[in-house]
Amino acid sequence: MAPPIALGWWGVPLAIFAGAIRVSTPFLFVSLGEVVTEKAGRINLGLEGTLVMGAMSGYATSYLTGSPWLGVLAAGLVGAMLGLLHGGLCGLPRVNDIAVGIALMLFGTGLAFYLGKPFVAPKAPNLPSLPLGAWSDLPQVHAALSVNALFFIGILAAPLLRWMLANTGLGLMIRMVGDSADAARAMGYHVNRVRLWATAYGGFMAGVGGSFLSLYYPGSWNEGLSSGQGITAVALVIFARWDPMTCLWASLLFGGAGALGPALQSVGVTQGYYLFNAAPYILTLLIMIISCAPDRTLVGAPGELSITR
Amino acid sequence: MTAPSLEVIGMTKRFGALTALDNVSLKVAGGSVHALLGENGAGKSTLVKCIMGFYRADAGDLLLDEREVAIRNPREAQALSIGMVYQHFTLVPSMTVLENLTMGKGLRVGRIDWRAERTALGDFLATMPFRVPLDRPVASLAAGEKQKAEILKQLWLGTRFLILDEPTSVLTPNEADEMLSLLRGMVAEGRLTVLIITHKFREVQAFADEVSVLRRGRLAGGGRTADLGVDAMARLMVGEAPPREATLREGTASGAPLLALDAVSARDDSGMPALRGVSLAVRGGEIVGIAGVSGNGQAALVEVLAGQRRHTGTVQVQGEPYRATRAEMLRRKLALLPEEPLRNACVARMTVAENIAFRSFDRPPICNGVRLRHGALRAQARDLMLRYQVRGAGPEAPIAALSGGNVQRAVLARELSSPVDVLVVANPVFGLDFAAVAEIHAQLLAARNRGTAVLLVSEDLDELLELADRILVMSAGEVVHETGRETADRMVIGRYMAGHA
Repeated sequence: MAPPIALGWWGVPLAIFAGAIRVSTPFLFVSLGEVVTEKAGRINLGLEGTLVMGAMSGYATSYLTGSPWLGVLAAGLVGAMLGLLHGGLCGLPRVNDIAVGIALMLFGTGLAFYLGKPFVAPKAPNLPSLPLGAWSDLPQVHAALSVNALFFIGILAAPLLRWMLANTGLGLMIRMVGDSADAARAMGYHVNRVRLWATAYGGFMAGVGGSFLSLYYPGSWNEGLSSGQGITAVALVIFARWDPMTCLWASLLFGGAGALGPALQSVGVTQGYYLFNAAPYILTLLIMIISCAPDRTLVGAPGELSITR
Repeated sequence: MTAPSLEVIGMTKRFGALTALDNVSLKVAGGSVHALLGENGAGKSTLVKCIMGFYRADAGDLLLDEREVAIRNPREAQALSIGMVYQHFTLVPSMTVLENLTMGKGLRVGRIDWRAERTALGDFLATMPFRVPLDRPVASLAAGEKQKAEILKQLWLGTRFLILDEPTSVLTPNEADEMLSLLRGMVAEGRLTVLIITHKFREVQAFADEVSVLRRGRLAGGGRTADLGVDAMARLMVGEAPPREATLREGTASGAPLLALDAVSARDDSGMPALRGVSLAVRGGEIVGIAGVSGNGQAALVEVLAGQRRHTGTVQVQGEPYRATRAEMLRRKLALLPEEPLRNACVARMTVAENIAFRSFDRPPICNGVRLRHGALRAQARDLMLRYQVRGAGPEAPIAALSGGNVQRAVLARELSSPVDVLVVANPVFGLDFAAVAEIHAQLLAARNRGTAVLLVSEDLDELLELADRILVMSAGEVVHETGRETADRMVIGRYMAGHA
């Protein structure tokens, strides 16, 4: 095997590219889930807890059964159950979905840490990745272009979701329920039921996004696993103006920002390490400031979302 | 097949202790236009909601085409070809007309063939006397177009007995006449029977064959519109001849303008221009009316005057620049009566006494330095409630417990009880009963006669024609027409309201 060639500064964009794909996957899944939930008129802040629960249950299932894909499925199902809990509670009269979301975030995180204690040490089988970089001789390119399977599923899901929302009765029903509950009721649709299932789906996707963290990158289960991806993804959905394809691009952007720190470290830039690691959060703040003007409402927001009424 | 007839026999509906409908019977002949008249709270909406299946009547029968039917929910009503166009639009704002109409036809989850839907809808529209743009989101349509889209939706769903709830309240006079004529045409062709809820005598006489009048939940009378005059209908509605309060206009406008706007522009919440260079002046002793269809900048104008919206251009009160601070409002004696007072001029959960004290709670005698003197606050409330006849609850009850008319009286008490030089009023009598309407109009005229400059923004042209000395028409954020009281022509004003001269 050829000795590793120093790439110099070319290593940075390559690392950012690879990092963007890697780090963006949980953002992608959580945002593709939350975008449907918010289109239906509900905001689920509990996705952070759902993500962590998904990570734990995915890891545990993969360890116990030996199959990482079963782990992903289990993570999704656990996420769906938490989503059902959120949707069920919010369907009760006069319940504030923001309060429920925060409660579920704490509940999910705490439950995951409690149940996950036996799984911190053992190593579970990880998710496979597709070696797209096999054409190159450089091991760095190999590593960079080794794309995980879940990312491909995410890339396919984004345009599929957009098509679904525009071209199927299901999508129109979701949009109707989220924009005008009165109109939906007048046409005979069950507003709470649609929102319940939209929230369950959002939880499923968040669970799958969480399983990525524990089954691929970083690839182990411990209490410092999540760095706020769940809650950042909710901001991401607003930034993406509730469009699944824009969620894809926004997730890549966030992923790239998150990969900035390690990428610069790989070429020896160690100063300001913590500052670069804060890049995704600074980006979130900047985006919220730019896109939320004091004298304008959020254009394109579903009419029934509690934060925009 | 002719249009269906509907007969309601002995319908009764109670909500707890309140009897909203008491043994109401009426018959709508097939292929006719039947008007349902009544004051607010008379039971018209309750009656049609029972017909539509929103409410279950406690007693009574429904006969459709002489056959007895039971309607338990709106879907069953739709299946029987009975449909209703509501006052609040039931189309989804962010979806296009095409998407809205497609989704109305029943629960579906699978893929939608847009080409087939479009063709089917196109064929249907070809048989209709009017059409709407299919591919624009409903939120971007004008109120008249939205109303037409609602009617089209009902017809698309196969409705042949159409109920309309105050359909012309958001339309210009021309749009209203056009729409009602189109419906009359369809009725004449035998495609529809129409039951229209309205409070406008003019429309009843021009477009309806028969009329039924409800009062306090009972059928007060009815008959063919050709036989009943306006006075007879009004008497049935209120139980005696309508109060003709002395609309005495004393004096004329004089002096320099007390309220002057010069090239005022403002943007609405989504950043679009709502006011474009509006200039107007109101002198003491006159009522200047602002006519216009809702959504053409009137709300923004009132918000600018209330200090709720940033603007460019100058607003001057009594010759001095005005920034709507609390101190300036007190010094320049400006009072404000916004529309929907419970929402915009009151805090619903605070008591009546507290709401009445909003202008005076930080001055003596109610406020002494830092302390709030509850005794003085209550005394002021009791006194004002007596003078302005605010009834329905005591001063310590939350103001939301009062009826609409009493809330408006309370706000009037707060604003008008001390001398006022400039009065800005918006839609003051929306949703109120006859007596309250007459009272409030009398108060506005009295203020005008005392020398106050009154700016009256209203969507009710009749109100403006009755009260205003000058009428300005606003369309798309600009003042497009001005007319004096004597020369005001309803049809000309209506054309300007709709945006074309």
